[in-house]
Amino acid sequence: MADREERRFAEVSRDSVKLMAESSGVELGDDVAALLAEDVCYRLREAAQSSSQFMRHAKRRKLTVEDFNKALRWSNVEAISGYGSQDALPFRSVKEGELFFVEDRDINLIELALATNIPKGCAETMVRVNVAYLDGKGNIEPQGTVPTAVQSLSEDLLKYYQQITRAILGEDPHLMKVALQDIQSNSKIAALLPYFVYVISGVKSVSHDLEQLNRLLHMVKSLVQNPYLYLGSYVRSLVSSVMYCILEPLAASINPLNDHWTLRDYAALLLSHIFWTHGDLVSGLYHQILLSLQKVLSDPVRPLCSHYGAVVGLHALGWKAVERVLFPHLPAYWANLQAVLDDYSVSNAQVKADGHKVYGAILVAVERLLRMKALSLSQPADRPLSAQPGSVPGSVGYRVSSPGLSPPPEPLSEAALGIAIHLQAGGAGCHWEEWSPVPLPAMYSELYSFFGDSLAVRFSTGPGFGSYPPCVPSHFRDTRKEPLGHVSNPDTTRKMPQLTANLNISPRQDESPRTDPPPPSLAATGSGRSVARSSSVQRSRSSSSRLGQRSAGLSREVFPKARFTSPHAGPPVISFVIGGRQMGRRCQGRRPFQTTFALTPPLPAIPPRAYAHKLPVIGRVGKPVRRWTCSHYSLHLPL
Amino acid sequence: MAAVQGGLVDTKDEVDVKTEPASDGFGNNTANDSRLLSAPPGSSTAVGNNKPAAGTPEEQQTLLAVLQFLKKNKLSESAEILRREAGLPEDALDLKGTDASGSGQGGAAGSVDTEGGNANALLSRVTVSASAGVQAPTKAVGEDQPDVSVVLSAYSQQGDPALYDVYYSSLKKFIESVLDCHRAELSQVFYPLFVHMYLELVYNNHESEAKAFYEKFSGDQECYYEDDLRVLSSLTKKEHMRGNETLLDFRTSKFVLRISRDSYQLLKRHLQERQNNQIWNIIQEHLYIDIFDGMPRSKSQIDAMSGSLAGEARREANKAKVYYGLLKEPEIELPLDDEDEEAENEEGKPKKKKPKKDNVGSKSKKQDPNAPSQTRIPLPELKDSDKLDKIMYMKEATKKIRLGPDLLPSICFYTFLNAYQGLTAVDFTDDSSLIAGGFADSTVRVWSVTPKKLRKVKTAADLNLIDKESDDVLERIMDEKTASESKILYGHSGPVYGISFSPDRNYLLSSSEDATIRLWSLQTFTCLVGYKGHNYPVWDTQFSPHGYYFVSGGHDRVARLWATDHYQPLRIFAGHLADITCTRFHPNSNYVATGSSDRTIRLWDVLTGNCVRIFTGHKGPIHAITFSPNGKFLASGATDGRVLLWDIGHGLMVGELKGHTDTIYSLRFSRDGEILASGSMDNTVRLWDAMKAFDDLETDDFTAATGHIHLQDNSQELLLGTYTSKSTPVVHLHFTRRNLLLAAGAYNP
Repeated sequence: MADREERRFAEVSRDSVKLMAESSGVELGDDVAALLAEDVCYRLREAAQSSSQFMRHAKRRKLTVEDFNKALRWSNVEAISGYGSQDALPFRSVKEGELFFVEDRDINLIELALATNIPKGCAETMVRVNVAYLDGKGNIEPQGTVPTAVQSLSEDLLKYYQQITRAILGEDPHLMKVALQDIQSNSKIAALLPYFVYVISGVKSVSHDLEQLNRLLHMVKSLVQNPYLYLGSYVRSLVSSVMYCILEPLAASINPLNDHWTLRDYAALLLSHIFWTHGDLVSGLYHQILLSLQKVLSDPVRPLCSHYGAVVGLHALGWKAVERVLFPHLPAYWANLQAVLDDYSVSNAQVKADGHKVYGAILVAVERLLRMKALSLSQPADRPLSAQPGSVPGSVGYRVSSPGLSPPPEPLSEAALGIAIHLQAGGAGCHWEEWSPVPLPAMYSELYSFFGDSLAVRFSTGPGFGSYPPCVPSHFRDTRKEPLGHVSNPDTTRKMPQLTANLNISPRQDESPRTDPPPPSLAATGSGRSVARSSSVQRSRSSSSRLGQRSAGLSREVFPKARFTSPHAGPPVISFVIGGRQMGRRCQGRRPFQTTFALTPPLPAIPPRAYAHKLPVIGRVGKPVRRWTCSHYSLHLPL
Repeated sequence: MAAVQGGLVDTKDEVDVKTEPASDGFGNNTANDSRLLSAPPGSSTAVGNNKPAAGTPEEQQTLLAVLQFLKKNKLSESAEILRREAGLPEDALDLKGTDASGSGQGGAAGSVDTEGGNANALLSRVTVSASAGVQAPTKAVGEDQPDVSVVLSAYSQQGDPALYDVYYSSLKKFIESVLDCHRAELSQVFYPLFVHMYLELVYNNHESEAKAFYEKFSGDQECYYEDDLRVLSSLTKKEHMRGNETLLDFRTSKFVLRISRDSYQLLKRHLQERQNNQIWNIIQEHLYIDIFDGMPRSKSQIDAMSGSLAGEARREANKAKVYYGLLKEPEIELPLDDEDEEAENEEGKPKKKKPKKDNVGSKSKKQDPNAPSQTRIPLPELKDSDKLDKIMYMKEATKKIRLGPDLLPSICFYTFLNAYQGLTAVDFTDDSSLIAGGFADSTVRVWSVTPKKLRKVKTAADLNLIDKESDDVLERIMDEKTASESKILYGHSGPVYGISFSPDRNYLLSSSEDATIRLWSLQTFTCLVGYKGHNYPVWDTQFSPHGYYFVSGGHDRVARLWATDHYQPLRIFAGHLADITCTRFHPNSNYVATGSSDRTIRLWDVLTGNCVRIFTGHKGPIHAITFSPNGKFLASGATDGRVLLWDIGHGLMVGELKGHTDTIYSLRFSRDGEILASGSMDNTVRLWDAMKAFDDLETDDFTAATGHIHLQDNSQELLLGTYTSKSTPVVHLHFTRRNLLLAAGAYNP
């Protein structure tokens, strides 16, 4: 009832009446015009009201010009001709007079008359019959997948659905946990999948509420992990919801106090998880994701938090994604970022802080890119040749223990969640894809030019072969460059969770989707340019002749600008050591990452802030290290 | 735009009801009207006796007014006939003609205004004469008002415009302070009071006060009056009041309220104590308060019944006896049937014959006590072909599926494709062999649903060549060359809003915006007759279930009963306050139901032309009505998306089915009445458990006597299913003889 009072009728103003009178050559006084205007309004309303009944009887929802004309005709008013068009008539405005008029173009009748493309006319009206419902039961799917059909579920399922959604979106964290656990393991909820997917697609409407977004993401995770669910094409919908959380400038991020960064990191992890486990259900998904990430990244209008999302998304998709999308784009992007970071004005503070986030994320991404790339160069040799590309997931267990990858059992807590297994599995099955536009040294030097020492400080040459996992087949060492870990102080536990976190993710992220072939274009360009590097098993099997090239490709001077020293002796070996010089640890932190990997402590429960205090400046001068530490830390959230 | 003609008749109706409530002359009066309105020379179809020379003075006045109208419009012949029939002296007409104020009324017809038309003036005269007859003592206004304004003159009484606000507020305060049980009842007064006070303000040129009054109190009104309030709010000038239909409705019909005696006394005492004459006058003049003894009604009871343009129906309006029973089925020898069954059923003859005879016999022998006599309405004799069809029907009926909550019908959807020109009406033949569509481009198209194609009869010349003695003469007369799946019928000059097949499938009726109804032959696919009588668009028409008669209703607010072989209506059913939107025949052909945009349903007796039932309760224009197959109940659907169920015998609302979200355009009971199907603009068909809805009734004497129903909200229990189409509003529903549900609509991409 309240809105009834709000309702106002459209009114014809006095000025319009005057103008119209003028156009027909009549001068009107103000009061006459006012009276006329009011009368016109009334008559118009009356006509509109009576025309609506013609609409109703024609069983339409849309009032047409014809209806209005009928009303006019029946009230003995001349009908208005020429407005019967189906298309909307565009109004144009004249600035000076504040006039609006309908555009009335000239029509070339001659052209029309002589036109050769005579329209065919519409198809004949016909009646077609179909049996819509047999014995009261539908034999056709209801049109919309979602809510209209909720009542067609069995009562139990409906109740279950209501309880679950209520629990997940409700206040009680314990209930939520139970509910999530249930949809992760329940084998009978396939019928509800569309509804859950629909609920999840609600992320768009709660973008102001981090808590809710988080809950919805957890729901995604549970659904994805449910072994009994076949997600089918719903993967696409899930992915789009997750991508929304990664990329969109969420309403929640307006307030800098909201930790939407964590949400983005989590969503990115989730994305990669969906992708690695269900990527084969939708063809071309990988490429699409990359494209949309790239689009966001290359759009300077987007806020920095979106860029951050794109970077962590790429990072989560694996180093190849970083290499393909982020790396080529970096020079262009760098300029923008630099501008933000170099602006020291107070008003820029918040933006700058965001900029540091992005900086940190990029750093982490490229760092792992380098590392993994180098690793991959040595990897193929490490792997048994029998490893089939796209082999069945059943072989995962076998690959986990494949040499040179990681120490066998994963001590990390993530392992329990199942995702870590995939990480490793992915790592094992990954390297057949051919793509390497830039050789490693060139890449390194380019990156170094951006990041300077903050990059270089993480890489250094190790003195020897120290503590490389013993299972590395020795015969490969003779012919291939190998990543060799060297640790001066192997027994020390590292205190750089961010690096280990990366490692947890990285191996599987190097894998391409299970059966999703790489886009042909990418593969083509890749093979043309990179000879030096290939980790493709496929390739190693199919064209063994190239192996030689590859081995020769990487010479000693891999990282010319870094303070590398050539290996002391023996076969040419490049060894990477993740330096990660630890302040306060008296520079003893030069260890090969492989070893430290195993020794990583369980996830610290310390909030990021606590870390920030412990970690002093690294890299770029004047850059508060806290920024990237935070972001880095957040990458680490377990699923 | 004013449907003056309709208005005219309305008023007459009011006059009659007021002056002679139990009058038998009503029918005569309408018969007269029919002659007037169709204005044919020498009309001979009037039913009933001629009226004795206009008796009461006001009647005479009315007649004079009509005569004058006719004369003005150069309808001298009709005028002459009327004059003769009414028994008026020859000079009465002249008198009227020369001295327009001869009857003592203000309006000189000669001076009738420049705008608004003559009919308005006429209308005002009629109204005044009516009110003068009834209320002359209480009202001393209008005598000196010139012409048109007479209608409105009741508003001319001056009060201090500033005080209206105070009056209304104080009444509001009072009603809010009374006991709960009375409050709901007394709150009914708000809306009519509000409307009339607002109109008084507008009439007396207090525009700003009127606006302020509207602003202040319009929010208090019940939401179902929203549409009328919108019309009201656009009305701010005295000049605008002239042609406004809604306004005329308010003025010419009293708003009916039902209030218990206790509540009424309370209100009366209050108004008298406060000396609140303004309000008291309005109540006296514009409201009709139907006082009953007993418990005051609850808010929900009131809400269920209110919502119509002019309040609830008076109790006595629904007291007339209605013969709702079915007519006896004619006894038909079933030679064919016998043979067939013998062929089908090899079992012993005696066994089979007996039950069948019993079946047929029991049906026809026992006369339903509620049924009208067989000859109450003269019905056409059955032809041989009709008998054959009846036999077919019975055979089909034996194969009918017995529907119920556990066995829902299958639904076939007939989708009209490429209906760019706009599908406006659909009908199926009873045997579901043909489907016809009316379109906004003035065409009617007929399709054959069976493999049998549509063929025309040969031309006269060709027919001469046929051997008329041959057995297959019926086949031979058809022209094979014309066989096609569909035929288009051209003739109307406006959108076709209603179509109906004749029961024998030989004819098709269509009603159109061009104010005509056309009868088409389905043998030759040509137009046979154009029935002209309505003066405005004809929204709906339907054949009687026994053929021959048909009913139509339209924007002129009257429904007309026609017979196919008469080119003018046999009856005019006048009384609705707004357009008649749908018309339906009772299964026994003795009654006609009409739904209207005044949000009421009326049931009319075909024999007498009287209105025997008025059903109020819908909150929007009614677009679908259907009778239950046993004739006892009526279902109606409106733009508010609700279906209401009515008990015809008791004149009571017996159910409310909520669920649709848009206008309901079609309703149909299954052949045995177990299931009610409703189709709507919201692209759904819903099935309702009609058996349960009607079984649950407890129509005790008290409810029947007072008409105070108490509806339980059980729509969800009664809803058996909701079936959606992709994007096709359901325009028509039809149950085949075997209870398969057919739905039809135009795909709306």
